[in-house]
Amino acid sequence: MSRKGCMANVTGRADGEFAGPGTFVPVPRVVVDVVLKPEISDPQGQAVLGALGRLGHGGVRSVRQGKHFVLDVEGTPDEAELKQIAETLLANPVIEDVELHLPTD
Amino acid sequence: MRIGIITFPGSLDDVDAVRAVRLAGGKPVALWHADHDLKDVDAVVVPGGFSYGDYLRAGAIAARAPLMREVVDRARSGLPVLGICNGFQVLCEAGLLPGALTRNSHLHFRNRDQPLRVERSDTPWTSDFAEGQRIVIPVKNGEGRYVAAPQDLDRLEAERRVVFRYVDGNPNGSLREIAGVASENGRVVGLMPHPEHAIEDLTGPSTDGLGFFTSVLKAVVAA
Repeated sequence: MSRKGCMANVTGRADGEFAGPGTFVPVPRVVVDVVLKPEISDPQGQAVLGALGRLGHGGVRSVRQGKHFVLDVEGTPDEAELKQIAETLLANPVIEDVELHLPTD
Repeated sequence: MRIGIITFPGSLDDVDAVRAVRLAGGKPVALWHADHDLKDVDAVVVPGGFSYGDYLRAGAIAARAPLMREVVDRARSGLPVLGICNGFQVLCEAGLLPGALTRNSHLHFRNRDQPLRVERSDTPWTSDFAEGQRIVIPVKNGEGRYVAAPQDLDRLEAERRVVFRYVDGNPNGSLREIAGVASENGRVVGLMPHPEHAIEDLTGPSTDGLGFFTSVLKAVVAA
């Protein structure tokens, strides 16, 4: 019986699983960020920018909305495989740029 | 003539597409996304809806369904394929059609009867129309804004790959008023508006949509 670690961690830090009493097996965490390419207009980001202006946050000049994926992987992350996952499924290269963040430790 | 209609989890307009094929005089064949069997069909319709809830990106997960591998292989060797709305998104995600469909520029779901100009009548899905003909079929989408890089759009125009353009108003902000495009070999066509909803006077704004399905039946006979 395993229970997921309850820590919600940030980019690149390993979460883990409790595999049993007294054990903690770290699970490498990979983060993928996807945003629309600069030349693709982002009406959702523009709507957020408009709302910020109405709320008095006139200092924000631009908002681009994107997606943030958190992948817990088994064993040592395979960079080539993760790059392929990021570029062929998580992002659509026709309209989106993708950034892969591997665990830093 | 056997025309296959693929159903994915979340497909909505597969039944209307079946009905359109039948009214045009073809034999509709139900196809299931998780199969590997195209059941000897002569053409395929990828219907509208919200396959996989539009999770990730509209059409993205459906484009990787098992049956789509067969569709991509056969389409490259000439099988006529029509993608309607979500089906168009699926075909773009599968790499059979160029460009991508993104959130409507005004962020609203748009549902109305839409005039289009037919730019090409030499595809298997448009031969019963005349070039330059105006047709009216419903459009209904939230993510229908056609985009591609400017140089790609120039190339598509030069290769006459734009099959339909919006006229009398662009419902979603699509670049260059593009409503539908074709593959390089012209056999695969995708468009956001819904021909299968314009096949009978009782329920549609016209019967213009029937022309897509009568066209492909002739193309299949001629092949």
